[in-house]
Amino acid sequence: MKLNNSVSKDHNSSKLKIHARPVRAFLTLTIGLIAVILFMGISIAVGAADIQLSTVYESLVNFNPDVTQHTIIHELRIPRSIADVLIGAAFAVAGAVMQGMTRNPLADSGLLGINSGAIFMIAVALAFFPEMSYNGTMIFAFVGAFIATALVYGTSSLGKARVTPIRLVLAGAAVSALLTALSQGIAIHFRLSQDLAYWVAGGVAGIKMPQVLSILPWISFALIAAMLVSRSITLISLGDEVASGLGQKTGLIKIIGGIIVLVLAGAAVSVAGPIGFVGLVVPHLVRYIVGVDYRYIIPCSAVVGSLLMLLADIGARMINPPYETPISALFALVGVPFFLYISRKSGRGL
Amino acid sequence: MKKSLAEQMQQSTEKRRKRQWAVMITFAVLMIAFIFLSMNTGFSKLAPAEVLNTLFGKGTSRQNLILFEFRLPRIVISMLVGAGLAVSGCILQGVSRNALADPGILGITSGSGLIVVLYLSFYSSTAKAPTLLLPFLALAGGLMVAAIIYVLSYSKKDGLNPNRMVLTGIAVTAAVNGLMIVLMLRLNPNKYDMVASWLAGSIWGSTWKQVLTLLPWVLLLIVFAFLKSRKLDALSLDENIASSLGVNLNRERLYLLLIAVGLAAACVAFTGGIGFVGLIAPHLARRLVGPGHRMLLPASALGGALLLLMADTLGRLVFPATEIHAGIMVAIIGAPYFLYLLSKSKM
Repeated sequence: MKLNNSVSKDHNSSKLKIHARPVRAFLTLTIGLIAVILFMGISIAVGAADIQLSTVYESLVNFNPDVTQHTIIHELRIPRSIADVLIGAAFAVAGAVMQGMTRNPLADSGLLGINSGAIFMIAVALAFFPEMSYNGTMIFAFVGAFIATALVYGTSSLGKARVTPIRLVLAGAAVSALLTALSQGIAIHFRLSQDLAYWVAGGVAGIKMPQVLSILPWISFALIAAMLVSRSITLISLGDEVASGLGQKTGLIKIIGGIIVLVLAGAAVSVAGPIGFVGLVVPHLVRYIVGVDYRYIIPCSAVVGSLLMLLADIGARMINPPYETPISALFALVGVPFFLYISRKSGRGL
Repeated sequence: MKKSLAEQMQQSTEKRRKRQWAVMITFAVLMIAFIFLSMNTGFSKLAPAEVLNTLFGKGTSRQNLILFEFRLPRIVISMLVGAGLAVSGCILQGVSRNALADPGILGITSGSGLIVVLYLSFYSSTAKAPTLLLPFLALAGGLMVAAIIYVLSYSKKDGLNPNRMVLTGIAVTAAVNGLMIVLMLRLNPNKYDMVASWLAGSIWGSTWKQVLTLLPWVLLLIVFAFLKSRKLDALSLDENIASSLGVNLNRERLYLLLIAVGLAAACVAFTGGIGFVGLIAPHLARRLVGPGHRMLLPASALGGALLLLMADTLGRLVFPATEIHAGIMVAIIGAPYFLYLLSKSKM
């Protein structure tokens, strides 16, 4: 089954040329992790109230609840920078898994409507169960993500034509439009516009520790699961025949991969809103550095995604203080030229 | 007794013509019905008898006010906008030979929207803002986005690639929406609410002054489009056939694109982000009256006007207290239809 000529050719030729690059992957991981830790420190220090890095360090080793800066660090800044790391990793790995499994270079949880599905169910939760806990909201977000995915894949695989990247993106745009309209309708009818706007603008301002702790296990488990199936994803990314020829249960792997994507995107959206393009850009970047083996792509995507999210969040606070520029807007401005580049490079096959 | 081929053709043409007239008349009848229904519905109810009385000049001053100052202009605006967006979509589909083109998908709507949001944020209320300027500003924004899409999706090798046009449109929309969020967060809460409701596609511009601003734009551009219907027929054929028919492709394509962008921009200036009308109405019309643009354009215009009027009326009818915006109603009807078209298309 040929999904997409130019893309599969791309994959094959890059495979012949590059194979996998374990050394580069190792370097990316090490340098990336060091950078993540460094920027977590900076992210904790930067904000409406400027704090010295030495104070950050001090508050960590020698916490004193009477010092205002220490409480700011513990109550606001630390949860925020942990959230950045978790959410960046979640969106990036979700994108990587999707791109690998569907061999679709344009796959991203925002473009394929998954984020707006999650938002839709969050709107439902806000309207009908206003007292719902973080965990409950997150489960709703998972369900919404699932609804959107089912709609997008269902409609683009109906009919006789093959599932091409452009069909998926178009179906994603339409499903997004529908679910966004429904969310807006609910928001206007129940007078929730303000509450929902918080999610729709996307961002991690005002995140508290309980929220971080509620997404932590979900995202961690999904990331570990993604690592465990990464070898199979590499094989699937070479084509279903190749994969099943090598004894892979492609159907099962795709279901597992689908669940991983839903959990990652749903959890991330439930605290930070629909931040698009992270999942699109990061895996491409990483693939360019480490080659086509998903055993390297997935962990490196997690690290690079975290780093990018930290940087964007720092940028969001620095561009126009004391206001915060929405992160989703920042990513759109970076991600859109990139999207155009990919869609142009992939050319006629789309 | 066998009929000659010519006779058969003539018969089928006659049959089609009858069908086309039947379609137009049905649209017109439905339209009148919905105009009447729309005059009845809203936050303050007017019974059918009251509406009739008021129309014939026997209403109380309150009834006069509701009907003539609020309901009727709103009805006219929704019909004008529906017709404008539908004709715009019809032209875009013909020019790009892409069944899924529409000013919303291509990002023209959000380009116009961005400029309008900028403009609105400079004035403290819509009442003070000079409305006459709005369509021009929206046009500038729409043209800007159209130019960006044209440049980015044009390549020397294979000309204007329809698929790439759609992908570029989606991407440009995302970028413009990003900018819009940044701009909106600088607004004070009152303006934020106004702009947010504008973006969701509400028919807010509903005074006679606004009707008079929009009317010439939409009417003139639709007439222009109609005069170009033959050219549009040629353009929607294969490129080689079109040029062998002696149509100067690039020039005609440019004129038609300008008309389409002008229509979409003017409409967006008064109603915000209403998507899918430009997509659905031409499709329905094509199914009913066939592919010739001479009939297709007016049928799309009627269909679009009907669709938006229905959406606006139903929004008020179902949730009278909150008035679900027309844009939301249209998306709820339009998105599934788009998905259906997508599943049938061969792209």
